[in-house]
Order: sequence, then structure tokens, then C-alpha cells
Amino acid sequence: MNLTLIKGTGQLVKIIIRQHRFQLIAWLIGIVGVSLAVASSYQSIYQTANDKTAFALTMQNPAMVAMLGPGYDAKEYLVTVGTQFAHEMLLFSVIAVAIMSILLVGSSTRTDEETGRIEVIRSLPVGRLSYLAACIIVVGFVNLIITLLIGVGLRLLNIEGITFESSILYGAILGTGGFIFGSITAFFAQLSDTSRGTKGLAFGALIIAYLIRAVGDVGNEQLALISPLGWSVRTDVFIENYWWPINISILLSGVVLIFALYLNSIRDIDSGFLPKRKGKTSASPYIMTTFGLIYLIQRTKIVAWSIGIFALGAAFGAVLGDMEKYFADNEFVQMMLSQVGDFSITEQFLTMLMGIMSLISAIPVIMTILKLKSEEIHNRTEHFYSRSISRNQVLGSYTLLAIVESIIYLMVLALGLWLAALTMMDDPISFGTVVQSALIYLPALWVMIGITVLIFGFVPKITSVIWLYYAFCYVVAYVGGMLKFPDWMKNVSVFEVIPKLPGEEINVIVLVLVLAISIVLLFIGFFGYKKRDIVG
Amino acid sequence: MVNLVEVKGLTKKFGKFTALNNIQMTINEGEIYGFIGPNGAGKSTTIRILLGMLKATSGEVKIFGKDAWKDAVEIHKQIAYVPGDANLWPNLTGGEVIDIFLKMRGNGNKNRRDELIERFNLDPSKKCRAYSKGNRQKIALISAFASEAQFYIFDEPTSGLDPLMERTFQQCVLEVKNEGKSVLLSSHILSEVEKLCEKISIIREGKIIETGTLSEMRHLTRTNLIVKTIKPLPPFETKQGVHNVNYENGEISFQVDSEELDSIIKFISEFGIQKLESSPPTLEDLFLRHYENAKSIASNGGKGQ
Ligand SMILES: Nc1ncnc2c1ncn2[C@@H]1O[C@H](COP(=O)(O)OP(=O)(O)OP(=O)(O)O)[C@@H](O)[C@H]1O
Ligand SMILES: [Mg+2]
Repeated sequence: MNLTLIKGTGQLVKIIIRQHRFQLIAWLIGIVGVSLAVASSYQSIYQTANDKTAFALTMQNPAMVAMLGPGYDAKEYLVTVGTQFAHEMLLFSVIAVAIMSILLVGSSTRTDEETGRIEVIRSLPVGRLSYLAACIIVVGFVNLIITLLIGVGLRLLNIEGITFESSILYGAILGTGGFIFGSITAFFAQLSDTSRGTKGLAFGALIIAYLIRAVGDVGNEQLALISPLGWSVRTDVFIENYWWPINISILLSGVVLIFALYLNSIRDIDSGFLPKRKGKTSASPYIMTTFGLIYLIQRTKIVAWSIGIFALGAAFGAVLGDMEKYFADNEFVQMMLSQVGDFSITEQFLTMLMGIMSLISAIPVIMTILKLKSEEIHNRTEHFYSRSISRNQVLGSYTLLAIVESIIYLMVLALGLWLAALTMMDDPISFGTVVQSALIYLPALWVMIGITVLIFGFVPKITSVIWLYYAFCYVVAYVGGMLKFPDWMKNVSVFEVIPKLPGEEINVIVLVLVLAISIVLLFIGFFGYKKRDIVG
Repeated sequence: MVNLVEVKGLTKKFGKFTALNNIQMTINEGEIYGFIGPNGAGKSTTIRILLGMLKATSGEVKIFGKDAWKDAVEIHKQIAYVPGDANLWPNLTGGEVIDIFLKMRGNGNKNRRDELIERFNLDPSKKCRAYSKGNRQKIALISAFASEAQFYIFDEPTSGLDPLMERTFQQCVLEVKNEGKSVLLSSHILSEVEKLCEKISIIREGKIIETGTLSEMRHLTRTNLIVKTIKPLPPFETKQGVHNVNYENGEISFQVDSEELDSIIKFISEFGIQKLESSPPTLEDLFLRHYENAKSIASNGGKGQ
């Protein structure tokens, strides 16, 4: 390669790392910390062989396989707790690392280009490929650090059966998984000409990879092998330690990156390879209202998330049928179930699923409020405020949109799940049950909206705190039980206090309380927003 | 008569930093008011306070006799504002954005919109992300001029416009003035301010250091002279009130303080005047002088940079 093309890359690497240093450190601490904490807690959870067998049976049911990957043979869960850990944690850890990589690459490619930073840099004696090359180096470097920290950290926990090779392999699955999605994002950054479009395509790819793997893992292994996430769950880590998924991941990343670099070298700055459409010369009536305009700006995001959540719901719904059969054939599980009470395993699974899916639905809902912050930073709220539109009207429209979205997402989730279950199950669960168990999370989502509005209303600089709280809720929901968090700590997560349906009783007092909290938060947030300076 | 804009003792602090310090400003109805000052002087901050987007730390800010912060929404029904760098929604077209802006104020004029699109030579079918800076600026200008406002606020409105479009802008401003409306124009293009504005304020480091009509300001300052004499002039740089003397092709150009004009002309005439050209100071001269003063005060005062 011509060296002038990548002149100055070293300097740019430093600049990119500097720009993202806090965010990257937070991700590193989060991912490595949770992984190690959970790994060390497994030793004390399933003590007896009986417990371990029960665990194995639960984990091998199709719903779990769809959600977390194929796992191991039942016997292998007895060999080392590493297998339990890997089956429960691996896939979602890879996804977390992938999300980190997508955000990092998305913002140090297209965001920097959109804001004109790359233009300034390119006017310096710096090669045409340097910025992209630097960004790739950074994302590679960060993923390498994750590999090493987790690899070494896991080994240092001294868990029986976790060898140095296997712990490094575990780290490498995370690192290469992140690197692939970072590379794919770098490629999409050449196609789309906005950072939103780039990240949207990349997250779309992640969701599709997850769905293909889910369907493939349950039914058809060949299909699962199309998806990079399908490779991640096939290393048989801590037992056989296959390295081929790592090699093939690196190979794929390399190929994708070569394409990305090539496209980057031949394209104009600020342009992309996806076609642009010719637009309207006048506005349709609905976008001429404040709410209509705000909706229009976010329409693509709302549609995309609705489809994604519907698809996830449908994927899990489809598994419910398989699950019924699996449990019907399994005496041991039936014995276990009878202890739980009147609720069928599908219903219990539904409960767990809604817990996770409501958390996922919170992401786009929070993003809607945060969009107002980005509008302010980009000096676009001044268009409202230099005209006769009040702050209540603008923030109110954003809040209303977020509330409407929360309902939409939970409804499409319920709908997708129920429709798929309907076609797959002999004795389908009722739509009412599904909708109820989804919508019960509405007050929790509204509290998330409330907190976001509150922070944004007073100190817009620190809105990312909401993501810390979100991450906390996620950790509580996912591994709170395993890490033996005390109850008060779990109850700090608003998702935890919501009654789990079906199964628990609807506790009206708690719901009203949560609702009241969300309203109070909103009120205070609106108050702060009215009083504070608007930057632009 | 109520003054259109009435600013008294306006101070704005960002944390410890004082961006505006005791600003006074009065804009009368039907007036075009120029607002100039170096980068970071506080022009945009003042305008954002007028628009009720920033809250004054202290002082009184009234537009149409109403409080700029509390009654912002009410006031803005009669205000059209154009920022220096119009950031628009990248996935909407220019035409859509103009319509949205007009609708937001509620009193846009469709015919005027189309006429202005024509005059500013804008293609309204492009997405905003595809517009050049000048074209984005045109969108903001068209939406402003197409709305029926009483008071127009422009913050460096012509940055990025080509000279032809700049002229169109100036015409539009004059049309608006002829309809009896008022304008606040903040600009770095001094010739533009000179051409359009009756009254001018110069702001520096958050303080208004000079306000008045252009001729009032000129009165206080220097006149530019170019002379050619029959007998050679002795060196006269040291004379009271003479500045910036330049010798070129046998001609001498210099500036004289207004109060010394009489004595200097008398002095020169003794050497036989062959040619004498005088021109009033340009706004640029005024501006540079204030700026230079500031610099010398800063360096002499020992405060450093
Ligand atoms: N939100 C803010 N926080 C802190 N300081 C600010 C803020 N906004 C403006 N300032 C400071 O206030 C001063 C005045 O800024 P302002 O934007 O009003 O200048 P200006 O006269 O419009 O300059 P220019 O000609 O460059 O547009 C500057 O020193 C600026 O750094
Ligand atoms: Mg400014």
C-alpha cells in the first residue's frame, strides 16, 4: 500500500483514544468487571450434581438455546462451572462488546465526518485513509485489551477447570466478536452518509446476526454458521477449546476492513454509496406541527426499533412451541415444575423474557429524549425558540413521543411473541396474558423517561448518567440474583419492583407509586428546563 | 411611544466569566440597528438573551414592552430571527424546512415564500444535508423575510452568501424597513452595516463602547486626507492630531482628528495645495481604532494578554 495514504495515523490514534477515553474506560470496567464478578460467583451457586443436572436441563431447553446459544452436553456442565458461566454469559457479553465497538467506530467515522472534524484533519498533511485506519487500530486495540483483561482475569480467579488457554479463548471470543462488528460498522460508514444511518445499519446487522443464530441454534446448525454470533457460541470453550471461530472471525474482519478501506479511498468526503432520493419542495401538513416534526425526525428510528423488537418477540414466541414439547418429554423437569406452582414453564419463561425485553425497549425510548439534547447541541432548537413555541411545548412533544413509543414497543413485542406462539403452540397462551405481562412494564419505562428528562432539564452535560443507571438495571435483571445483590440494591432498579406477570400478583400500590415517581420526575425536569439557558 | 427594544444594565455571566457587562441598548420602531464587535465580544449572547434562550444574570430586557425571558413565546409571534450558521434537519428538504418555519410562527405568506425562493435562487427540493453553507443560510433568510414580523434579528446573516445574494439580502432589509419594521443586524461586514444601519453600537469584551448614528461617531473621530503640495511639506507627523502618515508617489495620505482639522489645513495651505481629497472615516476605521485602543490599553496597563 502507498504509505502516504496512511500518513499521520499514529497521531490520529491518540486523538481518537483521547476523545473517547472516559467512555471506553467505562465500557472496559463494566464488561470486564461484570464478567469476572459473575464467573467467581458461579462456584457457590450449583453445588450438588443434582443441581447441576437441573441447571443443564433448563439451559438446554429450546428457549434458552434460542436466547443464549446451544451450550454443552449435559455431562459437561458437571466438569467445570466454566461451562455454566460460558453458556449464560458468553453471548450477551459478545453483544455488549459488539455494541461498544459499533458506537466507537460509528462516532469516530461518520460523526466526526458530519461535524467537519475529518475535513479539518484531511486538510493537514494526513493520508486519505489515515482516519479510518486510526479508528480501526483503536477498535482493534480496545478489543485486544478486553481479550487480555478477561483472559488473564478469569485465569487468576483460579476456578477449577479454567485453564489459561481456555480463559484466553473466552476473552478472544469477546474481543473478536467486538472487532467483527467494529469492522462491519467501518464498512457501513462508507455506504451511509450519516452517523445515524451507519449505526442503524450496524445495529440492524447485529440483530439479524442474533436472530439467524437463534433460529439456527434451535433448528438448523448450518444456518447458525452464517452468523458471526453463531461462531462465538461454538468454541466449546472450557471443554474442547476450538480456536477456529476466532480465526474465521479475524479473517472475516480483515476482508470487511479491506473493502471498507477501499471504498473509503475512492469516495468523496461527506458522501456515501447508498443512493439519495430527490425530496419534496413543500412540507406536508402533518410535519408542520411541533409534534409532527419531532416525530418525523425520529421516524426511521421508531420504525426500525419496532421491527427489531417485533422480530425478537416473534423469535422467542416461535420457540415457545418447541419448549412445550421439550418439557413434555422430560420427567425430571416436570417434577421440578410442579414445585413452582400453577404456572406453566412457558408462562415462567414469558416472565423472564418480558423482563429483558422491557429493558431493551427502554433504549429507544431514552434515545428519543436525548435526541432533544443533540438538537440543542446542533443549534436546531433555536429554530423553535426564536419563534413562538414554548419550552413546554417542545419538551412536552418529545416526552409524549417517548411515551407513545414505549406503548408501541411493548405492544409490538407482545404481538410478535403471541403471533409466533399462536402458529407454533398446540395450546397457545392468550393474547391478554402476553399483553398484560408486557404492558405492566410501562410505568418502569416512564420512570426512565422521567429520569432522563430530569437530568436533561437541569444539567444536560451529564445526561449519559442515565445510561449508567440503565446499565445498573440491566446488570440487576441479568445477574443480580447470581451476584447475590441485597434486596434494597435490586430495588433501586425500577424494573425489579414491577410485578412479574403472569406469576406474581398485580400490586396496584407499587404500580401507582412507580407511576407517581415518573410524574414527579417529569414535573421537576420540565421545571428545570424552563429555567435554564438554552445553548442553541 | 414605547421603544421597541429596551435593554438596561444587562449583565450575563457564564459561571465566573462575565460575557456581558452592564449593556444598555435602545432600538426604536422603524430603525435599522447595527451591532458590531470583534469575535467573542458578546453579540450572539446579547441576541440569545433578547430571544429568551439565555437568562440574563441581571438587568432588564424588554421587547415590545414585554419581558424577553418570561414573555418569550408571546414576543416571538412578531420576531423573525436568522442565525449566522443555520443548522437544519439533514433529512428534510429546503422547501419543507421553510414551510415548517413559517407554520411555527403562524403568519407566513405563501406567495411571498415562492417569490423569495425565486429571488434568492434556491432549489427547494434538495435535502438540507446536501446544501452548501450559503444555501442553508438562504433558507433561514427566506423563512424570515416571508414571515410577517415586526422585528427582524440577524446574527451575521450573510456569512457564506455570494455578493449577488448579499445584495438581495440588503434589498430585502430595506423593503422591510420601508414597511416600517425594525431590524437588529449583527455583522462583521462593515460596509453592509454602514450601508444599512442608522444607528450602530460597538461592543467589545461584553461592554458597549460606542453607540450612535454613523455621523455622530464620525464627528468624534478622524477624517482621511490625501494632499499634494507645490512646495515639499516638512515632516509633520509629530503635529498634534495627525495619524498614520503615508508618503506615496509624491502624495501624502494621513488622518486628522476632527478637532485639529482646521489648524492642519491652515498649515498645509502655506505650501501651496495642488490636490486635496478628504473622505469621512469608514466604519472600519472607527472599528479598528477602537480595537487598537483596546490592545494598547491592555499592553500598557500591564495586565498582559
Ligand atoms: N454557553 C456559554 N458558556 C460559557 N461561555 C460562553 C457561552 N456562550 C458564549 N460564551 C462566551 O461569551 C463570549 C461572547 O460570545 P458570543 O458568542 O456572544 O460572541 P460574538 O460577539 O457573537 O462573537 P462572534 O463574532 O465570534 O460570533 C465569548 O467569550 C464566549 O466564549
Ligand atoms: Mg456570534
